[in-house]
Amino acid sequence: MYALKDQACIVGVGETAYTRGSGKTDLALMLEASVNAITDAGLSLHDIDGIIPPPLAATSEHFAANLGIQDLRYAVTVHMGGASPITSLQSATMAVACGVAKNVLVPLGWNGYSTMRVRDMGGKKNANGGSGGAPGALANTIGEYYLPYGANVPVQWYAWLATRHKELYGTPDEAMGTIAVTSRKHAQLNDKAYMQGRPLSMEDYLNARWVSKPFRLFDCCLETDGAAAVVVTSPERARDLKHDPVYISGIAEGHPYPADDIPARPDPFKIGLSFATPKALRMAEVDLKDLDFAEIYDCFTYVVLLQLEAIGFCKRGEVGDFAQGNRFELDGELPLNTHGGLHSEAHVWGMNHIVEAAHQLRHEAGKRQVKDAQLGLVTGWGDFGDGSLAIMRR
Amino acid sequence: MPTETQEYTRPLPKMRGFAGEFYAYCKKHELRFQRCTGCQTWRHVPRDMCATCGSFDWEWAQSSGKGKLFSWTTAMQPMLPQFADLIPYSPVIIEMEEGVRMLSWLTDVAPDELKLDLAVEVVFDDVTPEVTLPKFKRAD
Repeated sequence: MYALKDQACIVGVGETAYTRGSGKTDLALMLEASVNAITDAGLSLHDIDGIIPPPLAATSEHFAANLGIQDLRYAVTVHMGGASPITSLQSATMAVACGVAKNVLVPLGWNGYSTMRVRDMGGKKNANGGSGGAPGALANTIGEYYLPYGANVPVQWYAWLATRHKELYGTPDEAMGTIAVTSRKHAQLNDKAYMQGRPLSMEDYLNARWVSKPFRLFDCCLETDGAAAVVVTSPERARDLKHDPVYISGIAEGHPYPADDIPARPDPFKIGLSFATPKALRMAEVDLKDLDFAEIYDCFTYVVLLQLEAIGFCKRGEVGDFAQGNRFELDGELPLNTHGGLHSEAHVWGMNHIVEAAHQLRHEAGKRQVKDAQLGLVTGWGDFGDGSLAIMRR
Repeated sequence: MPTETQEYTRPLPKMRGFAGEFYAYCKKHELRFQRCTGCQTWRHVPRDMCATCGSFDWEWAQSSGKGKLFSWTTAMQPMLPQFADLIPYSPVIIEMEEGVRMLSWLTDVAPDELKLDLAVEVVFDDVTPEVTLPKFKRAD
């Protein structure tokens, strides 16, 4: 029934530096990360025969032309915002498992600071009703019904969910703060993290300026330039490659309903991940308590809390209690965003969460290594709450 | 919200397709949502067909204009220059009596007075000669 379980694995991971001011194009960043991932795998560039790039500037064909892939056998793109990387991983898994392609490259990168800053979405040139940088599926809803009321960016849309959650369940600000503070703490152990060298206390978190209530500055993730990529192949081919494979044991996508309008949802806390989680867990044949760590997509602190409840780590409304104590620390019950996440490492749509999970499972995460990590979970969140989930094992 | 005394510079809906019809009723100071004529299910945002029964037949049915506050955010930092003078302002979600929800503004409730289920009713703001935005005030 679960034909995809352990049928594909990540054999190579690559990243660029995470900066503000890359001086390179989005495509150049992604190609650099891709070459690093292919080299890490011990493959040659021409071994790649499937490419799943994000819905950004460059298509699979641009990648193939640069990498010299003459026989590109599989080329698709997933349109789920920050949930795209894991859903792309699912697509790569399917392609490998059924033999459509042998070695699939999943890259993601952008100049998220230099050229795509969120605050410019719907900016001056779109002053009269444009929906700015909003993705296609959402452009109509935003442009026609949100933008006239000054609600044009994610920090405002997701705040509607956070406000209602706080009002119904009394979720304290400190629960959100814990996510920000823990991520920053982990980033101090990660040389690639943009926020390395800049620790954050709960007091700093609470004293920071408001952006869109109930979100303060450090509820929001970073805007950075950079790219990350992974290479997916079959367990058989993995035997001849450089690293121990990281198996994709369970993987699924999910979409909130309706996906293109947050206010209309019968249950606002039922998100894409609510649909994806049971499928991925069943496929992997594991329980949440078996997990050694979790890399949860952290565009905003509250979005992490919402996902923790949707996955089922705790009951709805109880995440305020769940987030107390040292649960999310490296030696806690559920080490969370061990690289620093989008909050403190870099914002590359969560592709860095997948890379980090591979580092953890290859036991090469250095100072931030979760002891004897065998099984990890990675989530994606995108657009208005699209979700995806991968269970990975060594 | 302050009264607009100069040329309206904030983003306006493009009013394409169904949105054009929705806002055309607003201009007549009527708040109407789509209602399936097959199964009577209300819907918003507008769509081609009824997700409940699959019918393509629908009408623009008049709303009572009454609703309650479902959620909100209060913008403390401008994300578009055209709203900078309004900071802080609160994009709110209103749940209408008919069950549909829509995004709007409240005209007479300060950000710290927002509370769940606050009873509100629609008012119409003719922001330009062409465009009227539905907004809400406290219901008595």
